[in-house]
Amino acid sequence: MASPQVVGASIAELADGVRARKWKARELVESFLDRIHRLDGRLGCYLLVDADGARWRADQVDAAVAGGRDPGLLAGVPIGLKDIFVTRGLETTAGSKILRGFVPPYESTVSTRLAAAGAIALGKLNMDEFAMGSSNENSAFKPVRNPWDLERVPGGSSGGSAASVAASLCAGSLGTDTGGSIRQPASLCGVAGMKPTYGRVSRYGVIAFASSLDHPGPFGRTVEDVAALLEVIAGHDACDATSIPSPVGRYRQACAAGLAGLRVGVPEEYFQAGMDPEVEAAVRGAIDEIARAGAKLVPVSLPHTQYAVATYYLVCTAEASSNLARYDGVRYGHRTAEASSLEELYSKTRGEGFGVEPKRRIILGTYVLRSGYYEAYYGKALRVRRKIADDFRAAFSKCDVLATPTSPTAAFKLGERNADPLQMYLADIYTVAPALAGVPALSQGCGFTRANLPIGLQLIGPPLGEEAIFRVAGEYQRRTDWHKRLPKDPS
Amino acid sequence: MPRIQPDEVRTIAALARLRLSEPEIERMTHELDAILEYIDTVKNLDTGNTEPMTHAVPFDCPLRPDEPKPSLSVEEALQNAPRRHDAFFEVPRIVPGSGEGA
Repeated sequence: MASPQVVGASIAELADGVRARKWKARELVESFLDRIHRLDGRLGCYLLVDADGARWRADQVDAAVAGGRDPGLLAGVPIGLKDIFVTRGLETTAGSKILRGFVPPYESTVSTRLAAAGAIALGKLNMDEFAMGSSNENSAFKPVRNPWDLERVPGGSSGGSAASVAASLCAGSLGTDTGGSIRQPASLCGVAGMKPTYGRVSRYGVIAFASSLDHPGPFGRTVEDVAALLEVIAGHDACDATSIPSPVGRYRQACAAGLAGLRVGVPEEYFQAGMDPEVEAAVRGAIDEIARAGAKLVPVSLPHTQYAVATYYLVCTAEASSNLARYDGVRYGHRTAEASSLEELYSKTRGEGFGVEPKRRIILGTYVLRSGYYEAYYGKALRVRRKIADDFRAAFSKCDVLATPTSPTAAFKLGERNADPLQMYLADIYTVAPALAGVPALSQGCGFTRANLPIGLQLIGPPLGEEAIFRVAGEYQRRTDWHKRLPKDPS
Repeated sequence: MPRIQPDEVRTIAALARLRLSEPEIERMTHELDAILEYIDTVKNLDTGNTEPMTHAVPFDCPLRPDEPKPSLSVEEALQNAPRRHDAFFEVPRIVPGSGEGA
């Protein structure tokens, strides 16, 4: 039996090897656990490692293979779950002290589906508290460091999900994207990540931040890995009333379908002054490569782009302030030691349990929903949100996929922006509009800066246009080797 | 002219049942002022004929048959409760009285 080389391996290679009995799922798990044990002290990707559970599930997969049964598309593939997915019997915190010690009595739909396809969850990945942040510095427990430069952030809020794939501390992972929280860390860590169409993937068992914007989705080293994970987790779920009943696409197949006849739109508003010149050069170079591959480039306009960040922070804080009302010290999580009334129990528990960013967003959300302000802020934001969605509809009458940068800069340094919340919010400038419109969008590597930091290309599709995105992403990846570059292991 | 004053932050924090320290209120007032200034840019956009968008995709609220099904047991529902009393979540007394408090 061959010894598995897990560093830089793709999901397909690992699963094929398990099915072909080249190696055992248990060996894959031991290899990743060993890497986590040696390296994660420097990176901070994991909040919890479930070594015993992973070994037990690996043995189940190996027993299935030995018995001649197919364990599934993700046979024995070790993955990580952002700590926002509830896992039965395994502590789930959403990166917050207010949920420390919370052991869910049920399991999220997506983690159930991954396990049913043979994947093995290694543990729970670090994140910004309640998925609020763009740098992972808002985790209540520890920051995540970027594997390409330990002084820099991995992006957020799914920073652990992106960094763990980049550093080969799991073969693939799940995150959530509310305003860019999958795509921006994927870009900053040099991996692929996708926010599918809103409703394509069930939110059941995903701790809520902003319900009309929360999108679970996958991370992988290659776009085929992202496609494989999405095929497993996508699809209707009776437990999520907003989930879409349409059949799941053939995403892996689309990655190899080529670009014949495809029109790729380039929105002028995503190439404005203020973006880093190295990022702009890499993204424009990627778009040229896509044109050489056979796609027709079409200039398009998304005229309400300039309002997207403001609209996003109005909608998401309003929804967050009501979603986070449930943390009151009564049913689960932190409870203040002393309270003489119910109101004092609530306010002390919440004041002690929430970190700075959730507090800021609860206050802003309560402010914009308040009687007398509602129409001027929240009502207005919902109308602007429609204009932003209409921009995309108009653009997709002229093209099949949009190509843009994912983030205006490569990874920034820890501490560089967290003193100024507005500057941090502007990190989301290219990712929030597709979130507001609910359209699918993927980030994949398209270059490196002179300082050897990854740069991401964002591909955006119309609602349920995931396959068109994978066609472009697969063809671009086939023509480039950015995804083959790996960061050095931290010493 | 600041858009928001510390007293307003205190009022909002009380509405949100969120206890903030005085330094937190000072800091948050300052930060919210900058954020609101930025957010106010949406007010310049004419949205007179635009319907509010509450769902990202066209959405009809689906109804399911109202049939009883198994759900969490009382023990599972209470397993994370910081304080419990028999089959209940325990909270401080909310009705004034002199009887035995839970």
